[in-house]
Amino acid sequence: MFNGRRIKRMANSDAVVVDGLRVRRGGQVVLHDVSFGVPRGSITGLLGPSGCGKTTLMRAIVGVQIVEGGTVTVLGEPAGSSRLRDKIGYATQNPSVYADLTVAESLRYFAAILRAPAGDVARVIDEVGLGTHANHMVGELSGGQLSRASLAVALLGRPELLVLDEPTVGLDPVLREELWALFTELAARGVTLVVSSHVMDEAARCERLLLMREGHILADDTPDALRTATAADDLEQAFLRLVRQQETPA
Amino acid sequence: MNVTFALATARRILTQLRHDHRTVAMMVLVPSLLLILLRYVFNSDRAFSAAAPALLAVFPFAIMFIVTSITTLRERTTATLERLMTLPIGKFDLLFGYAIAFGLVAVLQVLVATGISLTWLGLEIDGSVWLLVLIAALDALLGTALGLLASAFARTEFQAVQFMPAIVMPQILLCGLFAPRESMTPVLEWLSNVMPLSYAVDALESVTRSNELDGVFVRNLVIVAGSGVLALILGAATLRRRTP
Repeated sequence: MFNGRRIKRMANSDAVVVDGLRVRRGGQVVLHDVSFGVPRGSITGLLGPSGCGKTTLMRAIVGVQIVEGGTVTVLGEPAGSSRLRDKIGYATQNPSVYADLTVAESLRYFAAILRAPAGDVARVIDEVGLGTHANHMVGELSGGQLSRASLAVALLGRPELLVLDEPTVGLDPVLREELWALFTELAARGVTLVVSSHVMDEAARCERLLLMREGHILADDTPDALRTATAADDLEQAFLRLVRQQETPA
Repeated sequence: MNVTFALATARRILTQLRHDHRTVAMMVLVPSLLLILLRYVFNSDRAFSAAAPALLAVFPFAIMFIVTSITTLRERTTATLERLMTLPIGKFDLLFGYAIAFGLVAVLQVLVATGISLTWLGLEIDGSVWLLVLIAALDALLGTALGLLASAFARTEFQAVQFMPAIVMPQILLCGLFAPRESMTPVLEWLSNVMPLSYAVDALESVTRSNELDGVFVRNLVIVAGSGVLALILGAATLRRRTP
């Protein structure tokens, strides 16, 4: 029921176009002919249980995943092309910062690699709320601080697309609120965000949702439309109803 | 090849080391302590002078091999390498960054070991001290390059540590330190001939014994440097932007 609408949405204005993407890892197909488009300047939530293929899909978008079939086009270029390397900010699920450097030292290195302006390190430290920890060793940060230090790297320079894998895991509600305000502000400036989460209550903050399960996309729509289509009160319910619809085709 | 990226990487690695005082102290001092130990084991200036030049090549080689293979493996197994592979930095920029940072540490290590050997332990050499330092530094770089390459074949730090006896020890046994290379059985001599450390030890011995540099000496240096560059190129081939 969602397929027809999804195809129509793939326009030139899309920041990411995934078409028939098929990925196999360790002999198992983890993404089965996945297709969708992500409009520029939008926040798209990638939701689904752990192990459903969210991380693999994000790796394919940033161009570090070996794919078996299909195409991924990012900002008009094939994913992974060298022209994209200073236009995409990527935060992996496991924090990817050097544990034996301070927060500022770690960011200064990545800023040099991105040829980001000098003030950028201070700006991103402030944006993720780590101002008081700039000179702390990364290895001594708490889990939530660590994932914010890793998120800060993705914000360096002027990324046009941010691919963030579970950026709000382990954060208290106040910080989570602040980060979502930042994401909304970035989207308003024209930055496209793809944010994964396995927490359904974060989904409501996205303009569009991709619900995933076992390597398939169950739904691709706005939160409201999903609730209406499934006649569910909340997204958790909507997700469950979609799963049941798939298992017993009408 | 982008010099800015390589230098930024070298600075980052040196900053990481600066936070780890114990590692720096061990890298700089352990070879010297071992040479001091050896001097008193032999208890003779002459015996020490015969063995020390080869060891000035062997210690930096072995230590840089192990330090580099572990550090690079850590980069590979944490997500930082995956992140770097999405950024504008090239593989060679990253590898040369490693080579520059560890090369500088190696030069420091060799300067301390050579200084102590010459002033305190009674090492006497006929050739140039600076050539001795140059060869030992090239050797340390060779260890760095082989360590970078070896890290690609290890999945865990346990495996990486095992490469030290597997790759470094045979070179030490066959480099001419324990028995002259010419007197080995043909198979061992052939093995010795394909191991780069043998040429470094030959070069060091010719610097210790004479002031004159011949074609063989230059050839030996070129072989050591060439092996290091080859290992770096092979190491770059093992870094992949896309992984399964």
